[in-house]
Order: sequence, then structure tokens, then C-alpha cells
Amino acid sequence: MSSAISMGDSHSEDHHHLGFIRTYIFSTDHKMIAKQFLVTSLLFLAIGGILAAMIRWQLGFPGQPLPFNLGAILPNTMAPGGIILPEFYNSLVTMHATFMVFFALMPLMAGVFGNLLIPLQIGADDMAFPRLNMLSFWITPVAGAVMLASFFVEGGAAGAGWTSYAPLSTSGEWTGVYMGQILWLVSLIILGFSSITGALNYVTTVIAMRAPGMTWFRIPLATWSLFITAWLLLLAIPILTGGLILLLFDQTIGTAFFRPEGSGEPLMWQHIFWFFGHPEVYILILPAMGFVSEVIANRSRKPVFGYHSMVVALVAIAFLGWIVWGHHMFQSGMNPFLGMSFMATTVVIAVPSAIKTFNWLGTLWKGDIHFDTPLLHAVSFVALFVVGGLSGIFLASAPVDIYLHDTYFIVAHLHYVLVGGSLFGIFAGITFWYPKIFGRMMNETLGKIHWTVSFITYNLAFFPMHNLGVQGMMRRIYDPNQYEFLQSLQSTNTFISKSVFVFAGIQIIFAINFLWSMKKGKKSGDNPWDSNGLEWTCPSPPPHGNFAEVPIVYRGPYEYSHPDREQDFWPQDEAPVDDLDGPEYTDPNESTESNDE
Amino acid sequence: MNLSWLMPESVSTFGPALDNLYYVILWITGIVFVVTEVVLVYFIIKYRHKEGRKATYIEGSSKAEWIWTSATAVIVMALAIYSKGIWDTIRHPDMFPENAYELNVTAKQYEWNAAYAGSDGQLGTSDDIVSRNQVHVPVDQPVIVNLQSEDVIHSFFLPQLRVKHDAVPGRVWPIWFEATQTGEFPLACAELCGLGHYRMGGTLIVHSKEDFDIWLSEMQIEAEDDE
Ligand code: HEM
Ligand SMILES: [Cu+2]
Ligand SMILES: [Cu+2]
Repeated sequence: MSSAISMGDSHSEDHHHLGFIRTYIFSTDHKMIAKQFLVTSLLFLAIGGILAAMIRWQLGFPGQPLPFNLGAILPNTMAPGGIILPEFYNSLVTMHATFMVFFALMPLMAGVFGNLLIPLQIGADDMAFPRLNMLSFWITPVAGAVMLASFFVEGGAAGAGWTSYAPLSTSGEWTGVYMGQILWLVSLIILGFSSITGALNYVTTVIAMRAPGMTWFRIPLATWSLFITAWLLLLAIPILTGGLILLLFDQTIGTAFFRPEGSGEPLMWQHIFWFFGHPEVYILILPAMGFVSEVIANRSRKPVFGYHSMVVALVAIAFLGWIVWGHHMFQSGMNPFLGMSFMATTVVIAVPSAIKTFNWLGTLWKGDIHFDTPLLHAVSFVALFVVGGLSGIFLASAPVDIYLHDTYFIVAHLHYVLVGGSLFGIFAGITFWYPKIFGRMMNETLGKIHWTVSFITYNLAFFPMHNLGVQGMMRRIYDPNQYEFLQSLQSTNTFISKSVFVFAGIQIIFAINFLWSMKKGKKSGDNPWDSNGLEWTCPSPPPHGNFAEVPIVYRGPYEYSHPDREQDFWPQDEAPVDDLDGPEYTDPNESTESNDE
Repeated sequence: MNLSWLMPESVSTFGPALDNLYYVILWITGIVFVVTEVVLVYFIIKYRHKEGRKATYIEGSSKAEWIWTSATAVIVMALAIYSKGIWDTIRHPDMFPENAYELNVTAKQYEWNAAYAGSDGQLGTSDDIVSRNQVHVPVDQPVIVNLQSEDVIHSFFLPQLRVKHDAVPGRVWPIWFEATQTGEFPLACAELCGLGHYRMGGTLIVHSKEDFDIWLSEMQIEAEDDE
């Protein structure tokens, strides 16, 4: 495949005549698809947040009716008199995680930024397969509708946890949830096709459609991380889908893949789930690492410290991520020797994570740091990812994990990486690229208020969860006060819940800023951050086909504050003045081997 | 509010070793945490934008990369080796104690049933003694628990003994521990197992050796009376 295939001019001829439907609804334009993903996944994020608030209500104020007469809206099968039932609590825990992981974070990472950034950063006019891309988006509302519908069927929504361990998940006999669990499975099977088609597009686009001169080691780290993520999606999602289908068979037609009756093996489900699941957690954070690298370099006006190490660390994580899944199963019943091999691989994967952290610090060092909202979110990502990485070390140690497994320590760990990490990374990404998407800047004052309150209340909410875990409080329990030894933790739980409510509430400021700036924000111009990437050379928002002419790339993306230059940035496509021999570039198709340098 | 990082008191033989490992990790990660966060905050304050400042053009340093990569690798490998010793003590099949008292614990929604050998001295026979949501063990003697489940996966969690292991249906999984104190200690289910998961608690009752024998013979008499 050559980069010429879609660099032609077939696009520019017809795009003016597209009607409303082709432009806004069934669009094949990668930027419009990114916007569609942005809107739907932020809605799902809000739904996940509401579910979380209900979980925290129960834990903060166990047995008390929901405030604001919310009980009146909820049916008696969920919260009679406003008091959450244990079975509804299990559905809340399950659906909160499901919406956040599969319908909010994944599409925010891959769907939004994969679509927006990949073609723009590599200088392509669109994705390799625009129609497949449209399909990839339109699958998500269908899957989301099925998932939401499961709240309204008899028995309620799935309640076996987002991990859906068998045999609990194999039959309504154990949970009282029949249809809800089936819809959960069907929805995720459908959704998988969105990830797979999307990933296929991202991989192909990066390999085949880079502008002349865009060698592997001139690709911005956001695109690098999205490219690696796409590989993980492409390889991991089919594994999940296979597992889900087998589980669906167990549910519906009486097979016994994971049920002990008839020689099924419950632990097999865990192996399949985590063989997908660990690569999945990296799917949820690698893109954010990419955004953060871009934002920190740009706002510090410095090259990314150790660009090559950053790429190598990404690739290392992508490989090692496949051989650590057993650390989720240390206490599930596995051969103790096997446990040790998983412990060894798990501590090794901590190394590339550390490398990335130190390189971010190195990037800030001796910089000229501009405290705009994107930078605040990006630095928060680093600060909070450190906590999540370090708590991971406790869990990697199999004997310590005996005690901490399935306690709130896990909940603390995963929220430090997925909210402190991924979500703050997404905020960094949205606030940084917003002007490119909508042509206007977000409001700085609102942005800073949102960041300040979010950062503080986030930590107040999630840091004490480590302590709950150390005190032995199990995760996914409806009412800790059932246990005498957990009763003294109630005040901590109440405090956490209050912090969560403020954290959730302040997101309204973000929503207001997001919507208001679209119409009223200051016009941004093409390149508001004085950035080097190709995406900043086209108009904001970029027109159909993106670039007026195919850009030629002369250098890497992080040439900030170069000593030979007056200006503190150096766009990737700016022709060198003394270049008498014409543009120096490598054919992208010949340089494919260089990524194993 | 309880914001303690200290582990609750441990009452099993391997508890102190496991706790030590935890504290070593707590110290190491605590120091790394403080140092990285302080450096981060220091950098963003020291290098904040000021009129006329220009960033220094630095692309990286392979020396720095080598130092922090190998330092991290050495520390985590050392922790892994340290952990292995304790893991082996607790889980290695060859390290299971010889003179252990053996009992079965069978989980089901939402209760724990402990079974002890009856007068025939054999587990798994019809004269087994069963106690519901109470696990009775002797102090200062290793105990092997054969974990099983009748329905879904549950997790046998004795926080103060630093014991946690899943009970998986279709399997019998032996674990061992040795209590060092008499008394009553919480038993909890740590794996989501259905709507009653949150109340699937019980008690571990550690008797002195004499009391344990007395309890067992009383139970045997009771069982015989029932027949
Ligand atoms: C320094 C690297 C990391 C290490 C050593 C590590 C280690 C672990 C271990 C051992 C567990 C299993 C704990 C248990 O269930 O007992 C775990 C759970 C988890 N980790 Fe990490 N982790 C690391 C980084 C990450 C990152 C970057 C993410 C995601 C972005 C992540 C997300 C999760 C999640 C979601 C779980 C909980 C899954 C569940 O049971 O629901 N971790 N981690
Ligand atoms: Cu993992
Ligand atoms: Cu349970």
C-alpha cells in the first residue's frame, strides 16, 4: 500500500455538497467521527459517574434513603423507599465499571483521539478506511443502548462485577439476573467490533499513510501511543469476544465451558478475561501517556526528554503486557510456581512505567513552563500515575497481595491509574486539542477552577481508599458495617463519599466550559500553543481532507527552544532555509524496520 | 477517620514475615513517592514561565536513562526475590507442615461450613462434625484447610491471619496457617458471590489445644445424640 492511495484529490471535489446527514450523522470524516465519539463517550462518562455517586451514597450513608427524593424515580426492584437494595448495589458496581471502562475511557482514548490525531499528526487526509471508521462509531450507540436497556429488564442489570467471574455469571440461579447478564454479554460482543474496526484503521493509517518525511522516529508520541494501543486492541479484543461468546453459550444453551457441572472450568474464564484484561488496562492508559508527553513538551517549550526511550518503553509495555495477567489470579488457585513467574514479569513491567515517569520529569527540568489548564492536567497525570504505579508494586508482590487482593487497596490502585492517570490525561488532551476540534479556546478561568477542585477532591476521595484496604475492607461489599472489624471505618467512608460528590459535581463546570466555549470561546487560530505538530499547520477546525497540500516533514515533533533559532518552536514541516538540495526525507515505506532500533 | 498505613495485628506464624515485607515495600515506595513528587513540584515552581526565560534545549541523556532504568530494575527484582521466600513459605507444596490438623471448609451462598473428622478420625465420612460460619482451630498447631465451594467462587479471608484464598467450585484447594493466639477473629468473603456477599461473614475461633479437644468431643457427643 502506498501513501498515494488516498492522498489524491477525490475528496476535495465532493465534500461541499454533502447534506446534513452525511456531514453530521453518517459522516466518514475522521474529525466528525472524533466529535461524535467525544459527545457520546462524555455522556457515558456522566452515566458512569451517576452510578458511582449512588455506590458512594450507599457506602457513605448505608441504609439511608437516597437524597433529593431520588427514590421516587427508581423502581422498587432497585431502591424501595430510596434505599438501595443489595442486588441493585451489585448492578451499580458492575455497570459503573462497565460504562467507565468500555463506553467512556476506551472510546475517549481510541475513538476520539485516535480519530482526531492520527491522520492530522501524520499528515494524512483521512483514515485508510473511512467507511469502516463510520461503522466503528455507529456500533457504539447500539451497544450502549443494549447495555442501558439491561437496567429495565426483569431481574435488573448484570451484577457479577465487570470481571463477570464464572460461574456466578453463568446463570441467573446465582444472581437473580437472567436477561441483564445476557444483554451485558451481547452488548460487549457488539462493542468489540467497534474497537476492532477502529484499530484496524489506526494501524493501517499509521503504517501506510504517513506524509513524506514522517519517519517512525518523527511520529509524535500521541500517535505512537495510539498506534501501540491499536495493536493491543486488535489482538486483545477478539480474545475477550471469544470468551464472552462462550459465556453466552453457558448462559443460554446450557454448555459448560466455565461451569463446574459437566467438567467446565471456572478458572478458564479468569485466564481468558485477564489475558485480555491486562493488555486492556494499558489500552486505557497508553494514549493518555502520549497526550501528556505532548502537552508537557509543548508547555515546557522543551523537547521530550528521551524521545527514543519513551517509544521503546511503550513498545516494551505492549509486549510485556501479554505475560503478566496471572497477577490478577494469585489467590484464585494457581500453581505457586506459576504465581512466581507472574510476579517476576509483573515487577519487570514496572520498569518501563518508571522510565516514562522519569522522562516526564526530565522534560520539565530546565523548561519554560506555562501553567495553562492542559499543563496542569498533564502534570497531575504524572503526580497521580506515580501513586498508582507504586501501589502496583505492593500488589505485584504475591505474598502482600494475599492480604490486599480484593480489598479497597485494589480500588485505590485502579482509580489512581484510571482516574488520576487516564481521566486527567484525557482532560489534558481535550483542553489541549479543543481549539483544533472547534476552532476556539476553552475558558482558562473555568478550566483552572475545574482543575483545582478536581485535583483536590480527587485525592481526598481516593487516597484514603488505600487505608481502607490496609485495614482489610473488602471491595464490592454493600454494607461494610456487617463486619464488626470494619465498623470503625465508617467515618472514612462517609468522608470519601462527600469528596466524591464534590468531585462529581465540579465536572459540571467542565461541561459548561466545554459547551460555552464552542460558541463563545476566543477564536484560536491555527496554532494557539506554538506547537510543532502537523495538526497545527492546518486550519482550526481542519477542512475536509485536512491539508491544502501534502505536508513534507523535515524533523521530529519536539524541536522546542532550539538554540539555532530565534523562535522557540520549529514546525515539523517548515523547510530548512539553507536546504539547497531540496527536502530531505525518507520514504515512510522503507523505514518500517527502524522501529526496533 | 482511620488513615493508618499500619497493618492490623497479625496472629499467624507467617504474619510477621508478610507484614515485614509490606513495610519494606511501604518504605521504599514511600521514599520514591516523596522524592518524585517533591522533584515534580520543585521543577514546576523553579522553571515556571517568566518574562525572558528560554527553555534549555535538552533532548535527553542516555546516562540518566541507564541509571534510572537499572536502579528501578534492581529494586523491583530484589523485592521479587524477597517476596518469593515468603510466598514459598505460605504456598509451596513442600512447605506444607507435616503435623497439621486438617479440616474442610465448604463455601456456599452465603455461608461457610467447616467440617472436622468425627470419632473415626477421618475427614469426609458420615460422622464428620460440621460448624456453620464458625471455624474452630487449635492454637500453635498448623492447620490445613481444604477449601471447596458448592456453587460460585467465594474467597476465604482471615484478615488477621493474613490468609486469603478463593474457594472454587469443582476443586479442592488446600491452604495452611498456624494461629499464634487464642480468641475470635473475623472471617470474611472477599470475592463477589451474589447479593448476600456482603454478609457472608463468620468467625475463626482459636482454642487452646485442650479446649479444642474438649470442644471437638462435645460436638461428637452432640452428633451421636442426634442420631
Ligand atoms: C507499575 C505498574 C503496575 C503494576 C505492578 C500493577 C499491578 C497490579 C496487580 C498485581 C493487580 C492485581 C491486584 C489484585 O487483584 O489482587 C492490579 C490490578 C489492577 N490494575 Fe494494576 N498495576 C500496574 C499498573 C496499572 C496500570 C497502568 C493500570 C491501568 C491503566 C492498572 C490497572 C489495574 C486495574 C484496573 C486493576 C484491577 C482490576 C480488577 O480486579 O478489577 N494497573 N495491578
Ligand atoms: Cu494487570
Ligand atoms: Cu462472597
